[in-house]
Amino acid sequence: MTSVVISAEEAVSHIASGDTIMVGGFGLVGAPLTLIDALVAHSDATDLTIVSNNIGEPGRGLGNLLRQGRIRCGISSYFTSNPEAVAAVNAGEIEATLVPQGTFAEAIRAGGAGIGGFYTPVGAGTLLADGKEERVIDGVRHVLEEPIRADVALVYAARADERGNLWYRRTARNFNPLMATAATLTIAEVGEIVPVGALEAESVVTPHLYVDYLVAAA
Amino acid sequence: MTDDVKARIAERAARELRPGEVVNLGIGIPNLIPGFLGPESGVVLHTENGLLGVGPRPTDDELDPDLIDAAKLPVTALPGAAYFDSAQSFAMIRGGHIDVAVLGALEVSAGGDIANWAVPGRDVLGVGGAMDLVVGARRVIVTMTATSSRGEPKVVAECGYPLTAAGAADVIVTELSVFRIQDGELHLTELLGGASAEDVAAVTGAQFVLALEESHAAR
Repeated sequence: MTSVVISAEEAVSHIASGDTIMVGGFGLVGAPLTLIDALVAHSDATDLTIVSNNIGEPGRGLGNLLRQGRIRCGISSYFTSNPEAVAAVNAGEIEATLVPQGTFAEAIRAGGAGIGGFYTPVGAGTLLADGKEERVIDGVRHVLEEPIRADVALVYAARADERGNLWYRRTARNFNPLMATAATLTIAEVGEIVPVGALEAESVVTPHLYVDYLVAAA
Repeated sequence: MTDDVKARIAERAARELRPGEVVNLGIGIPNLIPGFLGPESGVVLHTENGLLGVGPRPTDDELDPDLIDAAKLPVTALPGAAYFDSAQSFAMIRGGHIDVAVLGALEVSAGGDIANWAVPGRDVLGVGGAMDLVVGARRVIVTMTATSSRGEPKVVAECGYPLTAAGAADVIVTELSVFRIQDGELHLTELLGGASAEDVAAVTGAQFVLALEESHAAR
């Protein structure tokens, strides 16, 4: 299978109102900004649930989608990096699910790996474990965390080959390889597309079977 | 809190770290610690956004937009560094592969409960990796001033703020003292900056055992 290279505008036409969308990046590093900007400019999809470590920054990345009022719910470890997201939550304009960052990453990994949930000691006895099933394992309180999946994942990789194998650069990797596995449709924005064979097979981080479409970064 | 106070806390906390240890540094005072770790320290820094082997802040020529730490500030990577995704990074943390986490706190209880992510009545919308780090790191060092900006003790009998984790802190370094938490009990092990045990007691909201050690020689 060869991944299909499409425009950013066409890519975001696959996003429908009510969808859950995963968006890679730690802050704006490793965020698929071309795809996010296309979602802001060329899509009417609204009532979206966004799964992303942060909700962009004011006027940048997902911060623009937030300003358009198209986010219904955010699942994130750190809303605080966008004060406008915090204000929107406090005003009741969006719902927020706050998740410890390691639990967030592992829940996405589990979602992509077909795991029905996992017990973690993180959060036990805190506000973030309210209402969650608990179990004592080896004498330590653990909480049950459920997997996270999405309709569409928007990820960023520095390099792809024409088949859709992905290679990430430095700390721009973060949540991207996890999200690429955990959605029904995965769209990768890439800095560069090289011929098949130009990526060393051993250095492929996301194998091509996870990737449906490639979009060239602007 | 003056920069000088922060630097003194960071300098003392740096002396808790041993050669070969893998250390994760939180935002704030812990971020000053690299300034007190010489190349001979042998400490390996981990940042939860996916890098083991964090180097110094970059010069303008070295600046790379794809290379940041968990504070979202530019860093460099040292020879022998490794990059990984966030699930692997937190597997390192939860799995007990990180020797030390150094972080700030709003309150720490005598039994080692840590509150560092939420203030009641204010936004509780950012937790980041704090809960994972205090649960998973083998040793947790809290760096903070002895009192809050309102002058209230930050070492307390029981935390009033929402907990990050129960029984997680091992060491507390303030500008006045070092406390160690052993078997759920608070031990005053070192006085700093000319403080007396009475000075420390006056700004500590919990009972402690006086257990002064020889002060650590500077590396």
